[in-house]
Amino acid sequence: MSAVTTPARQASGGVNVKLINRVVIYGLLALFALFYLMPLFVMLVTSFKTMEEIQNGNMLALPQAPTFDPWIKAWSEVCSGLTCVGMKGYFWNSIKMVVPAVIISTLLGALNGYVLTKWRFRGATLVFGLMLFACFIPFQSVLLPMATILGSIGRFGVTLQNATGTSFGLGNSTVNLVFVHVVYGIGFTTLFFRNYYETFPTELVKAAQVDGASFFQIFRRIMLPNSLPIIVVTVIYQFTNIWNDFLFASAYAGSGDVMPMTVALNNVVNTSTGVVEYNVNMAAAMIAALPTLLVYVLAGRYFVRGLMAGAVKG
Amino acid sequence: MSTVATSQIKLTPEHARPRASVRSRLQDALPKIVLAPSFAITIVFVYGFILWTIYLSFTNSKTFPSYAITGSRAYQRLWGWTFDTDPPSSWYTSITNMGIFGFLYIFICLALGLFLAILLDQKIRGEGVLRPIYLYPMALSFIVTGVAWKWFLDPGLGLEQTLHQWGWTSFHFDWIKNKDFVIYTVVIAGVWQASGFIMAMFLAGLRGIDGEIMKAAQIDGATTFQLYRRIVIPLLRPIFLSAFIVLAHLAIKSYDLVVALTSGGPGGSAWLPSNFMYEYTFKRNEMAVGSASAVIMLMTIIAIIVPYLYSELREKPR
Repeated sequence: MSAVTTPARQASGGVNVKLINRVVIYGLLALFALFYLMPLFVMLVTSFKTMEEIQNGNMLALPQAPTFDPWIKAWSEVCSGLTCVGMKGYFWNSIKMVVPAVIISTLLGALNGYVLTKWRFRGATLVFGLMLFACFIPFQSVLLPMATILGSIGRFGVTLQNATGTSFGLGNSTVNLVFVHVVYGIGFTTLFFRNYYETFPTELVKAAQVDGASFFQIFRRIMLPNSLPIIVVTVIYQFTNIWNDFLFASAYAGSGDVMPMTVALNNVVNTSTGVVEYNVNMAAAMIAALPTLLVYVLAGRYFVRGLMAGAVKG
Repeated sequence: MSTVATSQIKLTPEHARPRASVRSRLQDALPKIVLAPSFAITIVFVYGFILWTIYLSFTNSKTFPSYAITGSRAYQRLWGWTFDTDPPSSWYTSITNMGIFGFLYIFICLALGLFLAILLDQKIRGEGVLRPIYLYPMALSFIVTGVAWKWFLDPGLGLEQTLHQWGWTSFHFDWIKNKDFVIYTVVIAGVWQASGFIMAMFLAGLRGIDGEIMKAAQIDGATTFQLYRRIVIPLLRPIFLSAFIVLAHLAIKSYDLVVALTSGGPGGSAWLPSNFMYEYTFKRNEMAVGSASAVIMLMTIIAIIVPYLYSELREKPR
């Protein structure tokens, strides 16, 4: 008898109300899509315009005579402060920093997650809790001591350099940043792998133990081959975070030719000598954004999963 | 109930017990040995460094760290500045901005995120296209976001000029250059970046709600509005909590966005405590004051995060 009410309600509501409803919903959704797309769109079209067109034309207009020059200039000539060598060097700085930092932190996270779920010991939850909280601290509270330590390591590196002819990478900005990102990244990577391995059947691990498989054999032969999704999630999450980092980069590699991409971009945009070339700035910003955007387009699902895992699960 | 213990019982018959003892003891300790470096790193570089920062905040370190404890002068100065409103001290500006930014950023992101998630949950055609569009800003760095919005909001070239060209010549929008309003532009850019992600969290929550409950309520004659207000939104409470934690945490850590979007604003009027800390520590040679402000930021985060983590870790007893 309750089923009767539903058709009745629909009939009284009429087709018109329903249609209007749908139009309003789609209208709002489209409006918000515009809101989210607008800055990217403006950035993109501006990067293909000439300066003349920017000053006289409309921000939203498509480029009349699209030109690649701003991109070429941003890549190889643009000035950051007083040095005018383009973004390419800084781009490689970022790559050289991101790749090792992502690999090391992911590997450590996998091992930690494996120990914390399959080789539980007394106090494991406390250990995990302490590592987890480390993800949330404002990095301002460790910034200064880390700067002091990196300074000492750098001086030691110089001494080594004088004594042995090589500093073994001590004091190298890229090495420093890799180290910093690994240290402050393992909390998250451990969290990802721990939560993933939690649902992995412990019986399999036990059976392998009975068969005499060692700790590392189990990890390599059983855990890792079954970890592909979480490895992808972790790598994407770490890649995005480290590539986008600005605070550590500006504190520990804030000037000279060792800057990563984000710091260089900020310097380029705030360089006040001469005419501000907005098109070149926008092209530089696009270059800085492209790697993470590309990852997002190719593996958006995993990207979202990483964000969620970092946010929702404790 | 450690796995290690059970395995030992099973393994011993195969190995002669006395001979294997050193090796098997090493095997037993191996998991802890593997975990140890990460744990040690965390203890030293997170907790040790936090203590170090706290220590420094009680010295009178200026350009270089000094290790003679001189009392809570740095905190007293911050406390004094807290009420220094005419002209506003940098610290007063920073914490006021934090309040404005934190409240608006969290509130608008939650409201907009929920609103978009509910709209997207109405069996929308093209959801697969819309969702990534709402979410992509989260993949960008704050610096890129700042650069894009700086351009977009520039009075001379951006939105204002565009609307002038379209005929709305009285339109005036110079918040990004106005010391009283610059913090609101940080809110706009921040919301733009994070709201899509909050939408995704709510959408996942909505998809997790049992369809039977919704159907039952509909059959009972609940209007759509009632359905959401009385049933759906209360069911989403855990998501509200998670989203709040994420946003509060992002808000307190916000630093890059202010730098890239406003360069600190006219006269430092867009500073947040994170910018205050950085400027005082590295640029103004007031290391003790910078450290004290970092400690205050940390305390704020602890007040929010620790109860949350505690309940999350306790909820799943083994």
